[in-house]
Amino acid sequence: MDYKHLKEKEGQSRCLTGLLFNILPLGMVCMSNIINSLYNIRLLDDLARKKTFIHSIHPLIKLLTTIVYVVVLASFERHEVSALLPFVFYPVFILSFAEIPVVPILKRVLLVEPLIIGIGILNPLFDNYIVMFGDIVISRGWLTFLSIFIKCSLAVTVSILLVATTGMDRLAIALRILKIPRILVLQLLLTYRYIWLLIEEALRMMQAYSLRAPGRKGVKINDLGSFLGQMLLRAFDRAQRIYQAMSLRGFTGEYNAADVSKIRFRDFVYFAAWSLFFIIARIYDIAVLIGTLFTGVGR
Amino acid sequence: MHMADALISPAVGGTMLAATAGIAAYSAKKVQNDMDESKIPLMGVMGAFVFAAQMINFSIPGTGSSGHLGGGMLLAILLGPYAAFLTMASILLIQALFFGDGGLLAYGCNVFNLGFYTCFVAYPLIYKKLVRKGVNPRSIFVGSMVSSMVGLQLGAFSVVVQTLLSGKTELPFVQFLLLMQPIHLAIGVIEGLATAAIVTFIWRARPEILERAAFGESLGGVPIKKVLTGLVVAVVIVGGLLSWFASTNPDGLEWSIERVTGTTELETPDGIHKIFSEIQSKTAFLPDYGFKTDQDDVQNQPAVEDEEAWPSVDAGTSVSGIVGGAMTLVLAAFMGWIINILKKKRGKAVA
Repeated sequence: MDYKHLKEKEGQSRCLTGLLFNILPLGMVCMSNIINSLYNIRLLDDLARKKTFIHSIHPLIKLLTTIVYVVVLASFERHEVSALLPFVFYPVFILSFAEIPVVPILKRVLLVEPLIIGIGILNPLFDNYIVMFGDIVISRGWLTFLSIFIKCSLAVTVSILLVATTGMDRLAIALRILKIPRILVLQLLLTYRYIWLLIEEALRMMQAYSLRAPGRKGVKINDLGSFLGQMLLRAFDRAQRIYQAMSLRGFTGEYNAADVSKIRFRDFVYFAAWSLFFIIARIYDIAVLIGTLFTGVGR
Repeated sequence: MHMADALISPAVGGTMLAATAGIAAYSAKKVQNDMDESKIPLMGVMGAFVFAAQMINFSIPGTGSSGHLGGGMLLAILLGPYAAFLTMASILLIQALFFGDGGLLAYGCNVFNLGFYTCFVAYPLIYKKLVRKGVNPRSIFVGSMVSSMVGLQLGAFSVVVQTLLSGKTELPFVQFLLLMQPIHLAIGVIEGLATAAIVTFIWRARPEILERAAFGESLGGVPIKKVLTGLVVAVVIVGGLLSWFASTNPDGLEWSIERVTGTTELETPDGIHKIFSEIQSKTAFLPDYGFKTDQDDVQNQPAVEDEEAWPSVDAGTSVSGIVGGAMTLVLAAFMGWIINILKKKRGKAVA
């Protein structure tokens, strides 16, 4: 399946899942979901192959910077809103320097949002203590909700950007440097490698099923055992063939990373600079400082 | 079900990451010692299978709604607990990185909630006990159903406790619990149905796969005590350390940062650092920072202080916060725009 073809389908399917979720037979929605996932993995894979300044930074450094970012973000109190905003700089920096298209990334982030809104929206109900902003009166729960919403969007964005600028193979190298057990890294790479293949298989089976059961909402529960069971047996046989092929090529349970480039000075600088920024933004509410500069209001 | 980075505090996330890393290291060692390397590609493909299987929606009879497989219990039954735990860990990492389900800091929580309870509690203590007497569709059904439900209930309870300990949301414990447990009871029933259907099919079509899996683990067995002991030790050490940080200071991270920056050259007496901190102490948008001057009071009766101090926030400074926030976002967008323009120019120059 080529990339452009997928992209076209993706456009259609987003509309389907978004608007007509309850009207259309679920089989179709299900299929468009599968296409979405395929497209998403493929897109991030393609983006990771670009060669920009961000892509050339050592994977371990990018992973650590992302972790520092998320930890600092999570350390904010639950009512904090304005101090979170300077953290937008990091994803914007990566998006621009790594030439990552903004829309598909934002779409992906939006898809996760409903879950967090579901939990966050209860806050205004449980905490209706009133806060005043000038003349505007709101419940404090809304601040908590806003805080959770911003944190979630930022954290999800930077994780997706990490893969989009690093790629799974190089991320695996970083994990190995962090002494993550070899078998776990190997297993991660294999899973990642075969997701594409097995999802395509699922798509073919789903297509065949919906052609034989038009208008049905998803797979019938009585058919589920044989549907997924057949899929599982195929996966088992595939694993057997893969193992044989790997053995013939000399696999002994070792995972050999390809070129492990050294961490260079500029990688250190990148990590140090961003960490410093995150820490400063954690201690000082930069947004309020800027606001004070512009409005001249202080006590 | 996935715990999100936005709902978690670094202390809780860090503790759970440490606990998960411990179990993963133990499982990796177990898998490496016990099994032949032919299981490695099988684990990889099974991970991908769970992904694909999650894409297939099936209709739930009598409700008109649909569900999909979670896969934890199925993996434990087919691969044994250790390999299943590792497979679950890699599935969750891919979900966190590619799909934003969960997050990096919450990763430990998610692997623990979805992997540990299924592989090391529900599977050995429930499924194996129920199916031991004889494998037949009935025992598979009962075993899958009960173990899936228990596993998910434990996982959901764990989510509630982790959220509560993190304190990033206002949800009261009881309400959140009453929301989560029934939902996950329903999800557990669906998971049990799906797992039972698949395992029964495999048992009919290729019984040797299940036998091999069962035989494979009986070599090692699940020394649940060892796993639990290691886990408790890890949680106590890490949790103790982190909560000490958190309790001796209202905000452990901030405190440690200030300690660190205090000892470096950053802190020059009349440098920008100090000016900013002076400005900041006057213009704090939200009351957390305003409390810094009377920290003792905050520690004695935080809730009351919190409520009373709130309305006293100067309206003018709040406006600064809103204006500043908007300016920050505009600045960030502007930066991105400039970088793009510069890049395009350079691209043209090269061409």
